[in-house]
Amino acid sequence: MQELVLPNYGAPYSTLLYVLIPLLPFLGFLINGLLNKRLSATVAGLIGSATVLGSFLISIYLFTTFERQYTVQLFDWITVGSMRIPFQYQIDQLSLIMLLLVTGVGFLIHVYSIGYMAHDENVGKFFSFLNLFIFSMLVLVLGANFVILFIGWEGVGLCSYLLIGFWNKNHDYNNAAKKAFIMNRIGDLGFLLGIFLIYLTFDSIQYAEVFQKAALSQFGPYTVSILTAITLLLFVGAMGKSAQLPLYTWLPDAMAGPTPVSALIHAATMVTAGIYMVLRANVLFTLAPATLEVVGIIGLATALFAATIGLAQNDIKKVLAYSTVSQLGYMFLALGVMGYTSSLFHVLTHAFFKALMFLGAGSVIHAMSNEQDIRRMGGLRKALPITFLTFFIGCLAISGIPPFSGFFSKDEILAHTYEHSKLMWAVGLFTAFLTAFYMFRLLFLTFFGEFRGTEEQKHHLHESPASMTLPLIILAILAAVGGFMGAPMFLGGKHYLADFLAPIFTYSRQINPGAFTGEIDHSTELMLIGASVAAGVLGIIFAYVQYISRGVRPVSDEAQRSAPESLVYHKYYIDELYNALFVRPIMGLSRGLYRFVEQGIIDPIVNGLGRLTLGGGYLLRYVQTGTIGVYLILMVVGIVLILALNFGKF
Amino acid sequence: MEQTIPEVIRTVPLQYYVFFATALFAIGVTGVLTRRNAIIIFMCIELMLNAVNVLLTAFSAYRADPNGQVFVFFIMAVAAAEVSVGLGIIVMIYRNFQNTDVNLLSRLKW
Repeated sequence: MQELVLPNYGAPYSTLLYVLIPLLPFLGFLINGLLNKRLSATVAGLIGSATVLGSFLISIYLFTTFERQYTVQLFDWITVGSMRIPFQYQIDQLSLIMLLLVTGVGFLIHVYSIGYMAHDENVGKFFSFLNLFIFSMLVLVLGANFVILFIGWEGVGLCSYLLIGFWNKNHDYNNAAKKAFIMNRIGDLGFLLGIFLIYLTFDSIQYAEVFQKAALSQFGPYTVSILTAITLLLFVGAMGKSAQLPLYTWLPDAMAGPTPVSALIHAATMVTAGIYMVLRANVLFTLAPATLEVVGIIGLATALFAATIGLAQNDIKKVLAYSTVSQLGYMFLALGVMGYTSSLFHVLTHAFFKALMFLGAGSVIHAMSNEQDIRRMGGLRKALPITFLTFFIGCLAISGIPPFSGFFSKDEILAHTYEHSKLMWAVGLFTAFLTAFYMFRLLFLTFFGEFRGTEEQKHHLHESPASMTLPLIILAILAAVGGFMGAPMFLGGKHYLADFLAPIFTYSRQINPGAFTGEIDHSTELMLIGASVAAGVLGIIFAYVQYISRGVRPVSDEAQRSAPESLVYHKYYIDELYNALFVRPIMGLSRGLYRFVEQGIIDPIVNGLGRLTLGGGYLLRYVQTGTIGVYLILMVVGIVLILALNFGKF
Repeated sequence: MEQTIPEVIRTVPLQYYVFFATALFAIGVTGVLTRRNAIIIFMCIELMLNAVNVLLTAFSAYRADPNGQVFVFFIMAVAAAEVSVGLGIIVMIYRNFQNTDVNLLSRLKW
């Protein structure tokens, strides 16, 4: 039996402190969930936010006093034969960063929701789901083995489903929720098989043990082919959760949920779980270069594909959704070219600016009385000055304009890609150009020009309350300066993030030192920076010329379009394709099975059994004469028979 | 000279106890099967139980094994409990039918 499960070594504080991190949001979930209608909206919001704030403060405390990585044993969870799955936390650089991200951004979005959801009738339910989400996400991030990761993974999936269908009176929203859930199941199947294969290969699912065994026996019993199979299966899970080709179509539909949900779950945290998982298992991925190549190509393809769709969308949240898919593609591209740190860097900066933009969009939608179509907006700059300014910063950040945060992380990813393959770099650069273009298209159409909505909406326009603008401002500051945690060396900066994260990638560095030296000479680096800034600026100029100078407005749905335009506008007909390829055949098959197997075979068997027992009972009841003497004689005869028949055996 | 209880029991040959207990048990069974008065049926059940008790005690003494006598105590306790419940039922039957004839209870049938 393997006894490599690490004890509670080196945990500097009592276990309670660690338990509290996920437990506080869970308490919030219980309180808000159980007292749903009895709490006023404000109280529910305050409880929800306060619990997340508590987790955030503990995380900061752990972060500031962190010295070296350790595990915290809570209890033995599953012990069957030689299999041991302890419920353990792993506190290390990666989990701490994710903790700060989830609780920090989560807290801001909770505060925002107090204002945004104030007029909803189910505020308690909303906050309890949000808290449950934070709880699951923290379990996902903290776990010290793949099974706990999987618990959190499924938990966030459930919360995503619940929150997308939060307004469950709308049938379309429910369908969007189901779609997200089912698409994630497809990915989860791969993930689960990956975990099984890991256990089969390494006889353990503890991170520490698996990675150590994998790293120490590069040419040993774990052949590249089995590692490739494991990592590919894990990546299928990541594809579902992080909305990569071909499992991305649920994310744009997930915008049916309330906007804070889109910001928290479908932009900042949950969808980055796939990237977190790959980073966690970076040793396995480094040992399987073929998988890395697949990851990189799928990431790049997703980035480009989603960006082109984003060009033609007219729903403010759909544009942001496709931009999220595209940015997630960038992160996977970074993973594929072994720019692990840059990938996490982009996760962080993306969380800042994308949460910011979603919340900004929420503020706009709030002001416009639930109008989401940018064709009916315009000129909102004057009515919503704070929203405009913060949204503007977000757009600059995502377009990669220095010195905003997106510039640093995206530039790093592109530099890593350049080292890996020039062609992929060129495609990535083109995607950066598209990104800048569609983001500023959104900005110009929403905030500039003349107002295109109804008179009533115009009359109603107002800046959002402080509980909504304050998180916007904080996130805007983070989006503006967040990049300096990883400024490039030659600019006199220090890559704090890379230095901090270095221990996570120790094994990977030993296995493939070449990918971590990362020293490009300064002239090349300057060229790369110049190119990516140029791509961003060019995108902005194009958008300016198109939508400000020429004043082009997107046409209505029915208008005539040229063939390529129509293709992009209809999202390459992917949804229709999936419908025809998978949904309809499966529905047809199910209907056939229902008619012939269910109604033709199973129902008659079950009903027949029921009728048989009924008839048997009807006949047998005549034996029950009710005369006690008869019963007694039968009993005695029975006993005597038993004795007589067994006489020889005693 | 003082004799212990097992020694006293052993003064009678074992097969006499077996005959006696069998006779007692047979009387009990016959009574239960033939009589219709619920109270007499009850008494016959007690007879059967006590036949078993006698047999247990006798074997226990002959084999010098106290387990049998312990069993007897359990049987007595169960019998007491059973009688109290049974008598309660009989009292209720009497209140309803002014009679304790068990054949009246054939109304319990379907």
